[in-house]
Amino acid sequence: MKNSAVIISIFGACSVLFAAAQDSKVVAPANGGTLKIISSLPRTGSANAQTNTMVNGIKLAIDEVGGQIDGWKIAYEDMDDASPQRGNWDPAVEAQNANAAVKDSDCIAYIGTFNSGAAKVAIPILNRAGLAMVSPANTYPGLTKPGFGEANEPLVYRPSGKINYFRVVPTDDLQGVEAANWAKTLKAGKVFILHDRELYGKGIADVFRKQAEKLGIEVVGFEGIDSKAANYRSLATKVKATSPDLVYFGGTTQSNAGQVAKDLRSGGYEGMFMVPDGCFEQAFIEAAGAANLNGKTYITFGGLPAEKMTGKGAEFRDAYKLKFGADPEAYASYGYEAARVVLQAIAQAYTKDRAGILEAISATTGFNGVLGKWSFDANGDTSSRVMSGQTVQDGKFVFVKVLGN
Amino acid sequence: MLDFEVFSQQLITGLSNGMIIALIAIGYTMVYGIIELINFAHGDVFMLGAFLALTLLGALGMEAWGPSGQVFGVALMLIGSAVFCGGLNWSLDRLAYRALRKSSKLSLLVSAIGCSFVCMNLGLFWGGAPMTVFANGNSAAAPKNFPAIIPQINLLGDGFLRITPADLLVFTVTIPLMVGLTFMVKRTRLGRAMRAVAQDPTAASLMGIPVDRVIGATFFIGGALGGFASVIYSLYNNTIGFQMGTRAGLDAFTAAVLGGIGSLPGAVLGGLTIGCVRSMSDQYLETRWTNTIVFCILVLILIFRPNGLLGSTRREKV
Repeated sequence: MKNSAVIISIFGACSVLFAAAQDSKVVAPANGGTLKIISSLPRTGSANAQTNTMVNGIKLAIDEVGGQIDGWKIAYEDMDDASPQRGNWDPAVEAQNANAAVKDSDCIAYIGTFNSGAAKVAIPILNRAGLAMVSPANTYPGLTKPGFGEANEPLVYRPSGKINYFRVVPTDDLQGVEAANWAKTLKAGKVFILHDRELYGKGIADVFRKQAEKLGIEVVGFEGIDSKAANYRSLATKVKATSPDLVYFGGTTQSNAGQVAKDLRSGGYEGMFMVPDGCFEQAFIEAAGAANLNGKTYITFGGLPAEKMTGKGAEFRDAYKLKFGADPEAYASYGYEAARVVLQAIAQAYTKDRAGILEAISATTGFNGVLGKWSFDANGDTSSRVMSGQTVQDGKFVFVKVLGN
Repeated sequence: MLDFEVFSQQLITGLSNGMIIALIAIGYTMVYGIIELINFAHGDVFMLGAFLALTLLGALGMEAWGPSGQVFGVALMLIGSAVFCGGLNWSLDRLAYRALRKSSKLSLLVSAIGCSFVCMNLGLFWGGAPMTVFANGNSAAAPKNFPAIIPQINLLGDGFLRITPADLLVFTVTIPLMVGLTFMVKRTRLGRAMRAVAQDPTAASLMGIPVDRVIGATFFIGGALGGFASVIYSLYNNTIGFQMGTRAGLDAFTAAVLGGIGSLPGAVLGGLTIGCVRSMSDQYLETRWTNTIVFCILVLILIFRPNGLLGSTRREKV
């Protein structure tokens, strides 16, 4: 009896609070209310360090406008799309985040995801609700471009028929090609290609293979790894037996790139090792052990490292360093860029209407970004094509050159 | 290089991986042999052993110790992790399993799954330790680099075939342990008591055997072997993470079933079989088929030999 009384009173209190919350929404003025940006990025697992810097970028952009635009208060919520069970992004959590954003009537934009596979889950959910999504990191081409992934892509992500998904990073069909071109200039005659069997990893490995074959590089192997295996010794022996000049791994730190690098070296492979931007984070060097990467590891990235930025990018870097006491990591600038795109759209649309914001985002042209001026094309992709190649020296990423120009 | 060299290399890799699996599998099989419980927490106890080893390595600064000091360091980690994992496994039995000795097997199994989750989350918590070796605890769930204080250099010079000190370590530690364990079970008083309890706990207690203490000792020994395995695993693979217990545990459990659960030589045979099948499948088929092959073999063996390769037919306990 006593228990049920307690439960009833708690229930009663909740409903009163709930009613109060609803009331306050009704009396809020048409402008001068709250507009909320939600980000959904992996915070559990090794991607967290990277996510921290992206979230810092978003916060920096919001702080720069003083947390409000002409009386609209800009709220920000930082959601985690990873789970401890997977140590990586989790489709169930991603769907939960997207649904929460749809239900939150203050939410007008969704910044995310980090992983292309996660975007696949979130885009259609947000699309049905007409909520804009801006990704700071997805590079799998099929999310926006026809002809690169499955036959039903990208239409399958647009159940409403309208485009609601935008990205501020160049895609893998560009990055994979540049990676193969770079392999050619590094004089790789034979390559062995590995991938993690995920959307992003397999996708970029496919692009790499295609371009490598086009350039006359011999592809001596193409294999998907088990990203949960304890080690890749046997695979390393197999790779070594084909004596390639370069091993390309399409995958991320979270899909065991560190262990692959480690086992290739302890298995006696001494050639070059190349990875895409999914490994462009300090956590990759930590997982692989700096000594295993020294000198012969190459990392491609759709963008520029902080120290090479100029103009708006340099301003961003200095402001970031001042506020957070460290240079921004690879994706911090894209977190910042994604948030600025949303903020500019708010200023232009000046409404709490999701459709209005969406339209303003899709109309982004001549945007003064950290990598120069760019626009969104008809697919929702950035027109920016700036890419760079890095290597690892003494446990640090070192910029080598700008790719593709 | 010759095909023969590739084959030999895969055999060495397969045996090394198999030895580690076997050592963990013994922990499953011993506990199952005596109380018919699949101790799901065993893989996670193993994982915590690796975390302890990394903590010791970091706290004592073993990386700077020089070669002979590092041999001592490895011995220290082996003993530390063995005692720790043995003690932890013993405590699990004392706290979670003993009270359920008389209840249904299912409650025991469910509490073992519970213990597995508790241990795994302890590992997640531990991974956030503010130490340099744990990357300053920046990201608790991220895999941790385990410094290669046993170097991964080739002892055979510049040829294709490689045998590294880490390979040697695997064999020099696991083989004596397995021989010693077999001797203990076959010849010593405790071993005899263990076999008696396994056969019939009631009769054993009527003969004056302290059943609970013998079961506790079994848990301790099984856990200690897991502890040894964790240090070897860490030095061989150079990466640890709070989820490694799940995968290692699954492989080891498969090995135990393949060899015949309850049988010590069976666990070793099962472990070596799985290790070698994995290597050969990686080399001669494709990596993505490896898991499928391993489990197909398991299914086939269980169809034709339901008690595993070396398992004896036992009466069902109800």
